[in-house]
Amino acid sequence: MLRIALRGLWSRKLRTSLTAFAVVLGISMVAGTYVLTDTINKSFNTLMASARADTSAVVSGKSLVKNGATSDQPTVPASLLARVSSLPGAASAYGVVETESARMIDAKGDPVGPAGPPALGFGRDPASIGRDGAFKIIDGRWAKGPGEVAIDVASAKKAHVSIGDTIRVEGSGPLQSFRIVGLLQWGSSNSLGGATMAVFDLPTAQRLFGLGGRLSEIDVIAKDGVSPARLVAQIKPLLPPNAKALTVDEQIKEDQSQWSSFAKIIRYALLTFAGIALFVGAFVIFNTLSITVAQRTREMATLRTIGASRRQILGGVLTEGLTIGALASVIGIGVGILLAAGLSALMGAIGIDVPRTATVYAPRTFVISIVTGVVVTLLASLGPALRATRVPPIAAVREGAVLARRRSSRLRQIASGLLLATSLAVLGVGLFGSFDQSSQRLLTIAAGCALFFIAVALLSAYFARPLARIVGAPGSTFGGTAGKLARENAMRVPARTASTAAALMIGLALVTFVSVLAQGFVRSIGVAIRKQASADYIVMANDGYSTYSNAVAGRLARVPGVEKAVALRTDTVIAFGKQISITGFDPKTASSVYKFDWQEGSNASLAKLGGDGAIVTDSFAHKHGLGIGSPLPVQMPDGRKLRLRVIAVNKQPELIELLGEVTVSEKAFDAVYRNPKTTLLTYLRTTGGESEAVAARLRSALAVFPSVQVLTEKKAIDTQSSGMNTLLAMFYVLLGLSVVVSVFGIVNTLALAVFERTRELGMLRAIGMTRRQARRMIRHESITISLIGAATGIPVGIFLAAMVTTALSRYDIVFSLPVSSLVAFTLATVVAGMLAAILPARRASRLNVLEALQYE
Amino acid sequence: MSIDVSKKLATGSVTRDGVAVHATDLCRCYGEGDTAVNALCDVSIDVPTGHLTAVMGPSGSGKSTLMHILAGLDKPTSGSVEIDGTEITTLDDTALTKLRRKHVGFIFQFFNLLPMLTARENIVLPLEIAGVKVDPDWFDEVVGKVHISKRLTHRPAQLSGGQQQRVAVARALISRPTVLFADEPTGNLDSKTGGEILELLHDSVETLGQTIVMVTHDARVATIADRVLFLGDGAIVKELPETTPEEIQKAIQEIGRR
Amino acid sequence: MQTQIESEPRVSYSSRRDSELVPRSVVQARNLTRRFGRGETSVDALRDVSLDVPAGRLTAIMGPSGSGKSTLMHILAGLDRPTSGTVEIDGTEITTLDDTPLTKLRREHVGFIFQFFNLLPMLTARENIVLPLEIAGEKVEAAWLEQLVGSVGLAERLSHRPAEMSGGQQQRVAIARSLITRPTVLFADEPTGNLDSMTGGDILALLRHSVDAFDQTIVMVTHDARAATVADRVLFLADGQIVKQLTDTTPEEVHLAISELGKE
Repeated sequence: MLRIALRGLWSRKLRTSLTAFAVVLGISMVAGTYVLTDTINKSFNTLMASARADTSAVVSGKSLVKNGATSDQPTVPASLLARVSSLPGAASAYGVVETESARMIDAKGDPVGPAGPPALGFGRDPASIGRDGAFKIIDGRWAKGPGEVAIDVASAKKAHVSIGDTIRVEGSGPLQSFRIVGLLQWGSSNSLGGATMAVFDLPTAQRLFGLGGRLSEIDVIAKDGVSPARLVAQIKPLLPPNAKALTVDEQIKEDQSQWSSFAKIIRYALLTFAGIALFVGAFVIFNTLSITVAQRTREMATLRTIGASRRQILGGVLTEGLTIGALASVIGIGVGILLAAGLSALMGAIGIDVPRTATVYAPRTFVISIVTGVVVTLLASLGPALRATRVPPIAAVREGAVLARRRSSRLRQIASGLLLATSLAVLGVGLFGSFDQSSQRLLTIAAGCALFFIAVALLSAYFARPLARIVGAPGSTFGGTAGKLARENAMRVPARTASTAAALMIGLALVTFVSVLAQGFVRSIGVAIRKQASADYIVMANDGYSTYSNAVAGRLARVPGVEKAVALRTDTVIAFGKQISITGFDPKTASSVYKFDWQEGSNASLAKLGGDGAIVTDSFAHKHGLGIGSPLPVQMPDGRKLRLRVIAVNKQPELIELLGEVTVSEKAFDAVYRNPKTTLLTYLRTTGGESEAVAARLRSALAVFPSVQVLTEKKAIDTQSSGMNTLLAMFYVLLGLSVVVSVFGIVNTLALAVFERTRELGMLRAIGMTRRQARRMIRHESITISLIGAATGIPVGIFLAAMVTTALSRYDIVFSLPVSSLVAFTLATVVAGMLAAILPARRASRLNVLEALQYE
Repeated sequence: MSIDVSKKLATGSVTRDGVAVHATDLCRCYGEGDTAVNALCDVSIDVPTGHLTAVMGPSGSGKSTLMHILAGLDKPTSGSVEIDGTEITTLDDTALTKLRRKHVGFIFQFFNLLPMLTARENIVLPLEIAGVKVDPDWFDEVVGKVHISKRLTHRPAQLSGGQQQRVAVARALISRPTVLFADEPTGNLDSKTGGEILELLHDSVETLGQTIVMVTHDARVATIADRVLFLGDGAIVKELPETTPEEIQKAIQEIGRR
Repeated sequence: MQTQIESEPRVSYSSRRDSELVPRSVVQARNLTRRFGRGETSVDALRDVSLDVPAGRLTAIMGPSGSGKSTLMHILAGLDRPTSGTVEIDGTEITTLDDTPLTKLRREHVGFIFQFFNLLPMLTARENIVLPLEIAGEKVEAAWLEQLVGSVGLAERLSHRPAEMSGGQQQRVAIARSLITRPTVLFADEPTGNLDSMTGGDILALLRHSVDAFDQTIVMVTHDARAATVADRVLFLADGQIVKQLTDTTPEEVHLAISELGKE
């Protein structure tokens, strides 16, 4: 039986490879993801370790919140430096200033470097550099005084500058100009993942970034014979409460863990899409093997007549599936490695250079890839294998590939119905139930979706025939005989038509789901924003979410025509053990732009904010049982404690909240957050509303703050959705993979159908069907199958989106159908059908009539 | 090997004094109610060992149905069939499969060879499936009888129709089955080749003692059959021992006219 | 449908022939040669064969296996190209036509009956019958359809699918399909090969009937000796050449001719 299985696969090479392709694609994404993220991880880890090669201990500020959640980066007092260097165990100590928002601006006024990665700024004691393994000056020298800077080679290239030229840098205040005195590299790459680097001397950096008298960290080098642990023990007594001292190994681990959690997110996102591609691939294998089994009915029946048992038949088909799976996995691994290399080259080309150490081929990658590929293929092969065992020996005497009428379809109907009910139940629990972790919720929803798709695929066999009739009607009416025959063919074996279309159905359902939800979000966000604030102009960072200099609001307030400029500061605090958002505004001007929905208190409460008053959101208050007068203890990121008092409760749409859970006065905010770059939004009220004149004046006032833009309210709301559109585009691309896989499934089915109907096609050609008509017939059939996929997939996607929208009802998300997108999807489906038909149609038209007629 | 010894080996153990297949009161009904069709009605038949029994009749007479039931490919609505003394209508699938391995051989109208195996591999397939070793001498003898020794390494696609059917005959004979069922074995061959196949089958009866049941509408079977049974409307209506093609054609026309 | 073979006296054929002394030929083949393969392993299936197919007659082509009779028919029907030689159907030279014009010519001038029926399983009998017209984009003449259906005796089965019909009934559907376009010539490839002798006889009678009633020209390749009883002329091929010709013959004469050929 093994020989039969292997020989059989070999004799159908083309078909086997088309089938395997589906798995190859999915596995290559799995392998590629692991290889890529493993390599990046290793590279970063190596670099980070080498960056601290000479250090023995590191003193830094504690932060209770994750980096990036607060603009208040943890710091230690500069005075600590002298005390640490005079420790008996310390040979020397150096202070370092580090920030992630030191955007360089070129001569044209454009920011240097891509928007995503951070713009790193450093302040280093020149005496300490050279000891650092990672930083390397390759031309010129380090900055030694005010007005000097050394920048990374990649940024110099992008800004078309070199040593001696000027470049402007945006720190925590308006732009300042610096002279380039050196070009540097970090590690062996020209840039670090697209991040730009500007290195100043220490005092210059402290001034530029508003960190007077503070340091980001202190690197300590131990005397010979003193271990890092001993050094740390000596340092600890000197530390103020919000500082920590770690041995270099501990520090490296901490550096690495921050990066690796980010890398994990990338990995899981990519693996999700790989999973979708594999899921669709499973459908393709199931479908192709089913058809192959049906085609070989006579063969299987003959084997039974000469004594093969059911188990031997089962083993044969499963062996075929296993072989395809194993082969595809191995090839997939190879393709995945190429994919990873291609991806990293692509990233380098865009400017997101990743440090390249040797590629990491972890054994885990191979094992997971092969096991996944084999398991997926085996599961997909199980159905056809079982069906093969049910071929009765008597089929050996019947002519042609006869698909026996299955009288057990009643059982199948019930099973499919049950599966549908189960999937809906699981989905319901996932959407409406309560979970401890959101990851559990996501897994439940994903499982429910997968079951739902399978159930729909099984059930679609029952309405595939009427669907084919409807969908094939235009082709039948306008497509002549070719169209009519195509429709009949699609209706002929509804189970097969349905299972072929099922793979496409999944891709379309997901794409529809995403776009309907996105549309709903976009509409609702606009509604939610307008509910809370109204202004003529809104000032926000170019990327839409970063905070910017607090000086902006004051400068804009002085522009003629501006009546009110209301700034919203934002940062993070810890309350009741969880990280929450805290806002700061000027209570005197806030109500002129912000529309409060007071649950407790009123506009008059604003005057009571004072130094320790806080406005809380309605949901926050409910969660923790707060009301007017309740005490609200919070903790700053650096550990300091604050005692606030609730003075009012305000209700906001939960979809997008302009104010954080807690709001305090601007004065109180600035008193505790030292970083002068905490403004998120500035609302402007201008005389006469929107006008070009005012806009021009506003823009010129902002010339020194190039990372900030001023927009009309409408435009500001639109930028929210443009971010969504980018995300959507990414989704489409990744989901598009699953659509491509399913199109291969259609090609396979059609090719098999052409093969099966060789004699029929020969006859049709003999009685007068031209080659073109034959091609048209196959094309129509392909489009019909694709449209069935759309006719099932799009409603399923809409249904899922409706369910999710209902589950998120407390966010007041509007349910809105992006009709033009749906029409586009349908058209794309038709195009996909036409593309899928190309090869099979050509084969059908090229049939040698004579051979076809004698085909047995 | 002497003829007598091989005859004995071919027939295996016989418990019903020279009857390989014993069928009683076979009925086969299709459908229900208004559309019910009686394909066979009260048919009883004994297939003697070492003889070639032909079953003929106009289309729709039930001859194919009869053979399918005798061969265990189909179950009768009522009645019983014994092959080599074993009642087959009550066997479950696994037992039936095991029985097939030892007692039943098949030849089909469309040869039914596995396209990806060579002629040799096709021939020994029944033994391989059963996990039985191939006796090389017996293999050579069978291959010699069907005159296919020069083509053993070819695949079906490289063989003519006649050659494919000869491979199929060898495959059916290799396991020395109690009874060999042939379903229109010449239906897909031109007259010359068809005649050769009939000769082969005749030869296996004469020299190997093989029992054969053949359904056909090829009147030339008269020249090799020991007995010809005629079916009409689901019942045995005539029997001719050792006859001629002309008599057969006459008989069929008569039956058709009823 | 009743067997008409015996009831129709032979005299009707010859009397028909007398009234039409020289029927025109609808298919003319000249010097057909068909070689398969190359060089040493090449095989000449046909050698310099020339023939005329007379209108309104049933011509049978017979011969032992390997004689080239099927190849000859394939070439006459335009399904295969000869290595050399010409074929004209109704005056049009077909050997030089491209696929599309050849296909279009087949629509109008050529009908087919195959050994294995070749009906489309998902269409009803009626839909199968009118299929050639639909492919050609032509309208169905209701009266003609009714007449055809009547002569093949399928009036009650028009809405049935092939799976619901016996072999003989399917072949009758195929005959009706081949006649619906009133083709210049109808090619039949072993039309009784897959049928038992009773039904086979019915089919042969039906073919004869269409020649008599509709003036249809038929070329039939077969090894069924009873063809003799319905054919106006039987051509015998052996080793790629026409070696004998019998008109108005009997099955016994045909048997004899074939066995003689087989011995050579």
